[in-house]
Amino acid sequence: MGGIAVTTTINGDEVDFVCHAEETLLDVLRDRLGLTGAKEGCGTGDCGACSVIMDGRVVCSCLVLGAEAEGKKIGTVEGMASGDKLHPLQTKFLEHAALQCGVCTPGFLIAAKALLDRNPDPSEEEIRYGLAGNLCRCTGYDKIVRAVQDAAKVMKGA
Amino acid sequence: MTLGADFTGQKFKSVGTRPLRPDGVDKVTGRARYGADFNMPGQLVGRVLRSPHAHAKIKKIDTSRAEKLKGVKAVITAADLPDLTGGGDMFDILDNCMARKKAFYDGHAVAAVAAIDAPTAKKALKLIKVDYEVLPHVTDVDEAVKPGAPLLHKHMFTGGVEPKPKKPSNIANRCQYGHGDTEAGFKEADVIIERSYRTEQTHQGYIEPHACVASVSPDGTAEMWVCTQGHFVYRQQCAELLGIDVSKLRVTSSEIGGGFGGKTHIWAEPLALALSRKANRPVKLVMSREEVFRASGPTSATSVDVKLGAKKDGTITAAEATLRYSNGPYAGMWAELGAMTSFACYDLTNVKTVGYEVLVNRPKVAAYRAPSAPMAAFAIESAMDELAQQIGMDPVKFRIKNAAKEGTKSSYGPVYGPIGIGPTLEASLKHPHMKAKLGKNQGRGMACGFWFNFGGQTCTDLNIGVDGTVALAVGTVDVGGSRASLSLVCAEELGIPYEQVKAVVADTSTLGHNDMTDGSRGTFSSSMATIFAARNAIKVLRERAAQMWDISVDDVVWEDGQAKAKGQKHGNLAPLSLKEIAAAAPNTGGPIAGHSEIVADGAGVSFATHICDVEVDPETGATRVVRYTVVQDAGKAVHPSYVEGQYQGGAAQGIGWALNEEYIYGKDGRLQNPGFLDYRIPVCSDLPMIDTQILEIPNPKHPYGVRGVGETSIVPPLAAIANAVSNAVGVRMTHIPMSPPRILAALEKKKAH
Repeated sequence: MGGIAVTTTINGDEVDFVCHAEETLLDVLRDRLGLTGAKEGCGTGDCGACSVIMDGRVVCSCLVLGAEAEGKKIGTVEGMASGDKLHPLQTKFLEHAALQCGVCTPGFLIAAKALLDRNPDPSEEEIRYGLAGNLCRCTGYDKIVRAVQDAAKVMKGA
Repeated sequence: MTLGADFTGQKFKSVGTRPLRPDGVDKVTGRARYGADFNMPGQLVGRVLRSPHAHAKIKKIDTSRAEKLKGVKAVITAADLPDLTGGGDMFDILDNCMARKKAFYDGHAVAAVAAIDAPTAKKALKLIKVDYEVLPHVTDVDEAVKPGAPLLHKHMFTGGVEPKPKKPSNIANRCQYGHGDTEAGFKEADVIIERSYRTEQTHQGYIEPHACVASVSPDGTAEMWVCTQGHFVYRQQCAELLGIDVSKLRVTSSEIGGGFGGKTHIWAEPLALALSRKANRPVKLVMSREEVFRASGPTSATSVDVKLGAKKDGTITAAEATLRYSNGPYAGMWAELGAMTSFACYDLTNVKTVGYEVLVNRPKVAAYRAPSAPMAAFAIESAMDELAQQIGMDPVKFRIKNAAKEGTKSSYGPVYGPIGIGPTLEASLKHPHMKAKLGKNQGRGMACGFWFNFGGQTCTDLNIGVDGTVALAVGTVDVGGSRASLSLVCAEELGIPYEQVKAVVADTSTLGHNDMTDGSRGTFSSSMATIFAARNAIKVLRERAAQMWDISVDDVVWEDGQAKAKGQKHGNLAPLSLKEIAAAAPNTGGPIAGHSEIVADGAGVSFATHICDVEVDPETGATRVVRYTVVQDAGKAVHPSYVEGQYQGGAAQGIGWALNEEYIYGKDGRLQNPGFLDYRIPVCSDLPMIDTQILEIPNPKHPYGVRGVGETSIVPPLAAIANAVSNAVGVRMTHIPMSPPRILAALEKKKAH
């Protein structure tokens, strides 16, 4: 069978894995490393449920090959909280009831974190366009946008 | 059923507050486990082979080469499943899961494999040879009813027609609802309008594809982990289809990544079980997004004719609708639901609706949030708007004049109790949104919507721990925060803090049967069962307190989460808290619990009115929703944040349906847009904030006045947006979705006149 040996950093930890050439980063995260926070909603980069941060950029992990993770720094939803302290976005998503089924939530949290990291004070429009790569079918986005606005406020004050 | 209290004017402590949901932290940290997030030791990967033809006879399937491939552990076709020919509904369900004699649509399953990994399973599918005889197909709802259309079933004679037709047809059934004499009613009318409308097929569009892990043991027991809206019903149907004893199939519902009705039907689950049985290994089967579009869901495409008559003073004298709904290849009751809901908002003397269930070579239609009602509402509420214009009345006031009220005989039969259509209209009339100024190229529309709401079989266990915390086991799948609302109800009834309750969704082996989370019944039904379970637990708690005090149980009351001894003679007894009674339980009779098994009758009907402003770009035909308001009756909003969420989510789905979403079939009968790139659902930058106003007209049949809230919100948007677009561009839009090409075509047509 063979495979490609990859060394990467995930949520700050150095991780080694072996994967096949055709395996996506999403496959590796979910099936080899047990990190099932990222979801496969489409497998074609259209829904954003598999979003992770790779070297500071949001990517659809279904469009990245596992082998491409070599030497990269990957951030997933599992790494957002520090210890038992939730990230302000996680707290605000809960407070604003910004999730219903919750399956898109990891992707939204990752996309929102990347947005606030590069633009700490986004307008509503910037939030809406910043999150336009993530599909949510339950909420109509209203409470998601409010949660991100509120989190931005908290993070600026911090 | 005695509810034991006057529900009106009830004061609540927990119900109506907005605590964090109990499953929330797991969902924001990635820890929550959905359908595809679960694995069993030794599991195989299941994959399904699907028909590339819209309509084809399956002459032969040769699986021998696939079976010989190294790593393939099982291959199945319909031959590995029971032959239920002549078995009615169960035949249809199984035939949809795996085609037996004919493939009826592009994407219809014809074989499945289980292999040691995904690449092997994929390779095996390619080695299966299916010998098809391709047949003429029909995918369009209007084409399918024409004489000479290709027939899906040679022995299908339209039901509900007397005498029985002599010729077979693609119309599976005809139904009729209404009362009075519409012919006489139209004679009284000063203005009559007649219009025809069409809506295209849409998908529920849940972000989580169908997924399950099935494990069947040679000893006759089986387990299944699955994303579903109703694990008890999945168990029942899978057991029946596969010949497994119901109690020996344990089904656990995963967290569910959206369903909207699409996960009330079984799809690949029986195949996973059959593969597991044949391979004697667990099998994990996850659909791809393409499979979700081609072979699960969708809702009906429709073609509806409406005739309305009114007097100059605004009184509707007669109303008629003829509704043709596509069903996919198997008979459903989708047109019937459309026919029932069409005129449910109004108090009509003469009303008649006729529905036709039309079979086409498209996937089997599944429930989609208030199934069938949005399309009927689109037609009726569009015609209502035009009629209001023609008699020169404000559209809201016209509807208020004709609105159903308590005591109205509904168009589908029952007489209404207290209902919310009038109040939602009055609230809309007063809403600031109605008075806001419109900009250039903008238009405003409004529309009403109705949904029945369901009750049904429900079962709840409430177990009090030794530390006084409460474990609440419910059997309705939590699709959008019901564990929070049910914990609130439990806390309310017991008089304890919300944090003292932990609600879980129990599996099928640890709780009695529960119907699906459908018909907006989750919180309605399970809260009713929870209240009764809590009352049963309180009875035990009072008995235990009486024992601890050595007094008569008749002298013990339950107030504010405590047992209190009433009467002068017990004046010195300090109240006993739930915690104290729970701590003493080992010595007063053992565990304390309350159970409830009910048919939750009395789901109160639900009404909403939506207001919408749109801006249409005359150059491109693109429409943008610039403001949206939902006014809906909740009966009693248990957790208002999640009630608002239901209102907003339904509106957003309706906006997508109205403006963009559509199944597109080629001449070859194949679905051309089975992915989120080409089947585009609304994204964050497409929508405005969605304002909500919750009205509370208590449902007298529920102890707290609760009505279902989940579905009604998708009923008005199609019409509200169509009315807004029509007002913006000055042309009546009668075809959904109002995509840019359709709007441009309408504008061109207007210019030409």
